[in-house]
Parts: sequence; C-alpha cells; structure tokens
Amino acid sequence: MAKRIGVEVSIAVADAAKQCNVDVIAAYPITPQTHIVEHLSELVADGELDAEFIPVESEHSAMSTCIGASAAGARTFTATSSQGLALMVEILYIASALRLPVVMSMVNRALSGPISIWNDHCDIMLARDTGWIQTVAENGQEAYDLIFHAYRVAEDHRVLLPVIVNLDGFTLSHVIEPIEYFDQAQVDGYLKPYAPALRLDPKHPITMGPVGMPEVYTEARKVQEETIKAARPVIEEAWQAFGDQFGRYYRPLESYRMDDAETVLVTMGSIGETAMTAVDEMRSMGKKVGLLRIRLFRPFPVEELRQALKDVKRVGVIDRALPFGASGGPVAAEVRSALYHEVGRPFIYNFIAGLGGRDVTVENFEEMASELESLEKSELTEFYKIINVRE
Amino acid sequence: MAKETGAISWKELPLGTAILEPGSSSKLKTGDWRSMKPVTDRECCIKCGMCYIFCPDMVYSQDEEGYYVQNYYYCKGCGICAHECPKDCITMVEEGSDG
Amino acid sequence: MGTAAEAFKGFKKYSLKKNLPMVEPLAPGHRACQGCGEVLALRQVMKAIGENVIVSSATGCMEIVTSPWPQTAWRVPWLHVAFENAAAVASGVEAAYKAMTRKGKIEDTNTTFLAVAGDGGTADIGLQALSGALERGHNFVYLCLDNEAYMNTGVQRSSSTPYGAMTTTSPPGKLSRGQETWKKDLPAIAAAHRIPYVATGSPAFPVDLMNKAKKASLVKGPAYLHVYSPCCTGWRMAPDLSVESARLVVETRVFPLYEVIDGQWILSRDIKKPKPVEDYLKPQRRFSHLTAEDIKIIQERVDANWERLMKLIAATTPEDKTE
Repeated sequence: MAKRIGVEVSIAVADAAKQCNVDVIAAYPITPQTHIVEHLSELVADGELDAEFIPVESEHSAMSTCIGASAAGARTFTATSSQGLALMVEILYIASALRLPVVMSMVNRALSGPISIWNDHCDIMLARDTGWIQTVAENGQEAYDLIFHAYRVAEDHRVLLPVIVNLDGFTLSHVIEPIEYFDQAQVDGYLKPYAPALRLDPKHPITMGPVGMPEVYTEARKVQEETIKAARPVIEEAWQAFGDQFGRYYRPLESYRMDDAETVLVTMGSIGETAMTAVDEMRSMGKKVGLLRIRLFRPFPVEELRQALKDVKRVGVIDRALPFGASGGPVAAEVRSALYHEVGRPFIYNFIAGLGGRDVTVENFEEMASELESLEKSELTEFYKIINVRE
Repeated sequence: MAKETGAISWKELPLGTAILEPGSSSKLKTGDWRSMKPVTDRECCIKCGMCYIFCPDMVYSQDEEGYYVQNYYYCKGCGICAHECPKDCITMVEEGSDG
Repeated sequence: MGTAAEAFKGFKKYSLKKNLPMVEPLAPGHRACQGCGEVLALRQVMKAIGENVIVSSATGCMEIVTSPWPQTAWRVPWLHVAFENAAAVASGVEAAYKAMTRKGKIEDTNTTFLAVAGDGGTADIGLQALSGALERGHNFVYLCLDNEAYMNTGVQRSSSTPYGAMTTTSPPGKLSRGQETWKKDLPAIAAAHRIPYVATGSPAFPVDLMNKAKKASLVKGPAYLHVYSPCCTGWRMAPDLSVESARLVVETRVFPLYEVIDGQWILSRDIKKPKPVEDYLKPQRRFSHLTAEDIKIIQERVDANWERLMKLIAATTPEDKTE
C-alpha cells in the first residue's frame, strides 16, 4: 500500500531511483543536487539499493560513465544542475545518439556568471537541443512520480532515448513535502526490468559510436528527430497507465481554469503553483484568466498549445531563462512558433522572471496578467521584458 | 553500392547507428593503396614469424608447410616486413611487375 | 602478496614459436596509414588480450581508422563516445558488468574492460578521467598508444611530444626549436596512483608487449600500459621504418621497457650498451632541424632519466632480491 510521508523532495527523488532498482549511479555533487546523490550513496552503503555508486571526478565523467554503463545493459541514473550540466552537455548529445535510456534528475539552477546556486531554468535550456526527453515537476510528488515514468518511457523499445526529470532547485529540492510513496510491488507492476535492445557483449560483438560521414549523418539525425516525435504516444500511454495504477494523471500541458479564459499565462515548473493561486484571486475578481503549465518540454507540446491558445485574446509566457540577444525567452519563442500559422492568433508577450532564484510572487503574476491588456494596445518594438529589475 | 558506402534510408539504420557486423572492414581492399609489394623467397625463409607479427595489416598467415604467405588483398606495401626480415628474404617489388 | 603478484601466479608467458595467440580481434581493411606503428601495437595488444573483451575507445587515429560507418575493423564489442573520456566510459562498462553479475542479471563472464586512447586522449584532455578511474580502482586495463602528438587532427603537439620535435603547433622557426618542453612521464603518473600494474611496451618487442598486455588483463584492479607507437606520417619517416624506430627508441634508452608490479619497478630489458640518441633521431624528419647542441641536451636528459629509473628500481626492490 502506498504511504504518505513528509520527506525532503531530494530524498524522495533518490528513493524513487532506488525503487526503480537502478544498477549504476555515476554522479558528481553540485548544489542543489547534493542531497540526491548523498542519499543514494547512503542507500548503497547500507545495502538497501544493490547498485554500483561511482563517485566520478566530474560531471563530464558522470555522463560518460553513465553511457558506458547503459551501453553495457545496466539501468543507469544520475543527477546534476547548472554548471554540472554545462560540463556534461557534450556527452548528452552522444547519449541520445547512441539511444541509451539514461535517466537524469536535473535540479534546476542558474548558470554562472555571476555564480549563483539558486533556481532558474538556464540548465533546462542548455539541454534543450540534446535529443533528451524532458519532463518538468512542479511539486515534490511529481518529482518522485516522474522518475518511474521516465524509466518506463526511456526503456520502451519504441523510444530508447534518455530522459531528464526537472525539478526546481531549493524551491523543490530542499523543501519537505507530503509525498505518497508506492510500495515495491506497485512499482514493479508499473516498471518492468530493463531489457536492452543492443548491448556490449563479447558473445555478440557490435561497434557503437562509429564515424558518421556526410553519407549517413543526415539520416542519423532524421532517425533521432522521428524517434523523439514518436515518443509522444509512448509518453502519454505511460502517463495513462500511471494514472490508472496510482490515481494521478499527467498531461504534456496542464490546464487551469482555461474554460472561458481570455487572458492566459504560460509557466513551467514550480512557479506554476504560485500562478494558480494568482489565477484564483483574479477569477474571484471577475477576470477571465487561465493558466497553462508545461509538463513535457521535449518533445514540445506544439499541438496542445495551439489548441489551447488559438481562441484566446492574449498570452503572457513566463520564461525563467534569458538567452542574450534573442529578443526574448526560449519558451515564449516556441509558443509563438506554435501559434504562428493560426489565423487570428492571440497577442503574445514574454515576461522574463525568477532569474537566479528571485521569487515570483502572486502579486507579480497579477501584475503581469493585468499588464497584458495595456501592452496589447501599445505600439511595441520589443515583445519581452525582464520583470522586477532594479533600474 | 549504397549499402557499401552506408548511404541507406534512415528507416534502415541500425539502432544508434551501430555497426552490427563485426570485422566488416575486411571488405575493403586496402591492397589498392600500394605501389610496391613484398615478395618472399621461400628458399631463404626460416619461418621465424617476424613478418607475421610485424604486419600492421594482418597480411601474413601460415600455409600448410609453415611458410608465411601474403594476402595481397590487404597489403598496403609499407615494407616493414621486408625491412624486418632477419634473413632478408622479402623484397619489395613494384606493383604490377612479375616480382 | 600484492594484487598483481597474485594475479600473475602460474602465468605462462608467450613465445614467438610456441604459443603465440593466433586470434585477431582487429580485422584488416582498417584505414590506418601504410606502416602505421600504432595500429601494429594495437593489433599485438588485442591478440594477447583475446576476444573476451569490451573496448572503450577515445577519439583518435585508432578510433577513426577502425570505425568508418558502415564498416568496422572490430571483431569484439567496442564503444566510442568522445575524446577525453575513455577511462570514464570504461569505468561505466566495468561497473555495469559488476552490478549486473552481482544482481544475477548476467553470468560472470570474466571479461576484460579495456580503455584505449592516444597520448592526446591520455596526457592532456583525458588525464582527469584516467586519474579518476585509477583512483577508484576499477578492474580495467588502460592502453595509451603514444605516437607523441595529436596525429589524427594533423600532427599538433601534445604534452607527450618529445623535446625538440616538430609538430604543427610546435614548429621550429626563427624563435623556436620545436617542442620546448619535455615529455610528460605518464607511466610514472599512473604508478603514482599505486595501482597494481604499470608497464611500458614497444611493438618492436612483440612478445614482451603481448606478455604485458596479457598480464594487465589478469590483474584484478587497474592496469596501465604505455605503448610506444611510431607514426611514419607525423614523424616524417619512411613507412618501412616503424618497427625499427620502435626498436631504436628502446636501444637508445629513450623509452625504457619496464614494469611496476605492486609498486616495485622492474626493468624488462637492460640496455647495457646504449646506442647514441642520434641513431634514433636521424631517420625522423621531425627532428631534422636540431643542432648538435640540441642533440647533446637530449642525450644528457636521456642519460639522466635512465639513472633516475635505475634508482627507482633499486629503491623499490626488496633487499633480499637485490642482485
């Protein structure tokens, strides 16, 4: 029977990996991911998890070691943040190209400089193009749940792609929340043991990671693109099965009070829960405001966004990353792209918020929502701004 | 031809662009690279195996009598065998000559 | 008894005539240059280790020439990831097999886990991963094929390039004599990790090299092999001289052959009457710009290194074993 306990979210994430009976963990500590790897090494040291815990000497080696382990046929897990992700990014591309179902918990943290240990989404964006599936948790329960879902999707032979489960640093990783833990029998009912399609085995020698001449590179990339798109139905099947078994249903795009919404905010990550409170307050004042929360970032839920937004009047997309010189944030760019071909598409404005751990409050959301109407009527040269900047 | 150069449909690529046939490089005739080729004087050969163990291209193997013979399909004509033969039994001759 | 000594009990050495392994885990048709000393060294090592092996390769000449899609020269399982992480990748393969065997998911296969990299992927960009893997004590063999530069990208210098050598990023010129620094001592760095087995080898001494490769694979723990790999292309040398160069480098004492077994330094081949270093340098046009003065400096350094090695051997040989 599942039991609900008060537990630090990082610990729950580690416990989820343990319940998935991972074989190899290769990780390097970085704030605010440290509690995950610390708890995992305790579990291994106490014999509660039968796995090889490899304290590698850098994140680059962490991902390299994960690839070696996964290629050998092991269920593999790691975790990182920010600078650590940046250091291993070279290897992320290779993990997905080799079609290895590594699962990584990413505790979202800002990128230097200046150096910041606090929460934002720079690292999600750095991993954006690497061919990894990315899901986003908004609370502790989701950070736990999405690990099981990650392995089920990653290891499905129709997918065989690595998965990142994102959770906000400190805001989620270091808080204690009530989380429903499954018992092992329940987990085993949802997640079968990993059966690799190809692995390194002297009895069946194969060559992995060859040189790709121009004759094959485009085709190889096409395969990856088609595979990540084909992962969509598998991702949703796995969420459906999760809901059927555990009672919580997840969707690529979560809607909140969208029914007759004219103004819509789009968020990703834990600030979505704050936004829900703001939407409730604005609704109680009679404003027709709704909220969309992106749960599946890669592959991006283009169709769901299109359907949800095509008939609204105005949209405020909140980004927690700022790519310099791009005239706005990455999520907003992709939302705009999804709506581009819609005749009568809504007015879309981008708010950059919550960089480097700065709080995004209920008041901030109310300000952003109400500002949208006046912005819509103004002559604008730029369609994005950073909120709460001290001028 | 497409299969040889790996120029095939994306739908036919093996998982992760892995190469599933071990040792498939043995299809390539690297012997086409050479301009000189080694010829062994059997009278002279003492079957020491130096040519065999010093060949970077696995050209040599032993015949039924124990002499080391060349597989010219692969020989790149580097001349290491001729240079190393302790009895000077191997001569590099021009490719295409009767040797 | 030390870890290596334990592993070597009952080890039957190879000999050229009697029991030379016939297996060829590396297939012909690979794209190495004519006369490539590195692929020769790799071939010899693979013959000794056999087919129960999983190779984790760094980017480099050997990786490129053996794995051009759709063909592979590998008859054993092989994985290439990137340039600087051969040791980290091998660590993962080893750990996976360890965990899966212990958990009953696979049978114990006694497979050798072999990391292969060049001097670039070992001494420079790969040094961190190597050090980490050695310190963690993984049961694997690390093979460094040293051709003394980043050959695959066009002969740029590495920290394993010898003093005075011409490379494209250490070219001799009006203000330069070529590489201005001395070759990094990688076997000593490996030995400093106190691993059970370190050995140097040269493809000109194939039986010695093959014995060392086999012994490395028998060790339960990390083993490091540093193998001298002549590159006729990068060293600007005639292709038929690769093996001779690999012989001269030993006979001039430039590259001594030794083992470090459980911390004891042991000479494999004593060079009582060393040839002058010039004999080794002359056939290679990468050294042709050196003056007599430069060569004298090199000779002095070679002599000093040899003396130092002798002292290390004496210092680590137990008293009752000293001759």
